[in-house]
Amino acid sequence: MQPAIFGHLEAYLLVALCLFALGLYGLVSRPGFISMLISVELILNAAGLNFVAFNTFLAPDKTVGQTFTLFIMGLAAAEAAICLSIAVVVYRRFRTILADEISELKD
Amino acid sequence: MTFTFDPSLKLYIYLADAAFLGFVFLALAGGVVAVGAKRLIHAVLGLATSLVGVAGLYVYLGTHFIAAMQILIYVGAVCISIVFAVMLARPPSEAERAPRAGPGKLAAGFGVGLFAALVLGSAVFATRWRAEPTAVAGTLQEVGEGLLTRYAFVFELISLVLLVAIVGSVVLARRGRRPAGG
Repeated sequence: MQPAIFGHLEAYLLVALCLFALGLYGLVSRPGFISMLISVELILNAAGLNFVAFNTFLAPDKTVGQTFTLFIMGLAAAEAAICLSIAVVVYRRFRTILADEISELKD
Repeated sequence: MTFTFDPSLKLYIYLADAAFLGFVFLALAGGVVAVGAKRLIHAVLGLATSLVGVAGLYVYLGTHFIAAMQILIYVGAVCISIVFAVMLARPPSEAERAPRAGPGKLAAGFGVGLFAALVLGSAVFATRWRAEPTAVAGTLQEVGEGLLTRYAFVFELISLVLLVAIVGSVVLARRGRRPAGG
């Protein structure tokens, strides 16, 4: 009797690791605000997946990881709303959303 | 905790494994599209695909409520609002094209991502994960009770943060707009 692939903690950790590395790559290499926001969402998702995986496999109290992941989702939604409205305002004002070209806080 | 099964159920395990690998593929392929797509709309679609894949993994972890919330909040709210922002922030002439990155930035991103992957990957395999005996089973009812008792303060704080974020984004988005007819 051997456990299936989805019964190993490492499988989930590796998926989360790949998502985190992809998000980090996108965060550093993409120049636009919205692309960077998408990468941040990937990173937050990797964190949530890790929380739930550790919660299911290791934690004695199996409500903690679920609660924390719910909080991460709420914060990610708030962060996305703020980031997107900032992106819209910056685009209206500077006519670009390239992070490198917007170097002044005031015009 | 390891899931072990009666050997007579082997076919079901293979089927479940295949579906699991399918969700893993969705999550990773969606992530690759999300960071690599030329057009922003395609990147958002990749993000949604990746989020659906992760929701499938949540189901495999036995947390169905989290999976439902993942689809509802991330795919239903965050991705849709990103699509709205893409349509609002750019004129149609640019055709939602994501800006190109220079080779230096690509190399830097690749280095950072690979470094993180190596460090964390070695940590995953070097650690002996040790499971504690389960004290609380983690049903939805217990999660709800925790949210209203032990984590009540954090819960209220998150609602406050969400309220501030909503009001802040409305104020921000109204500000740059010229008055109609002016």
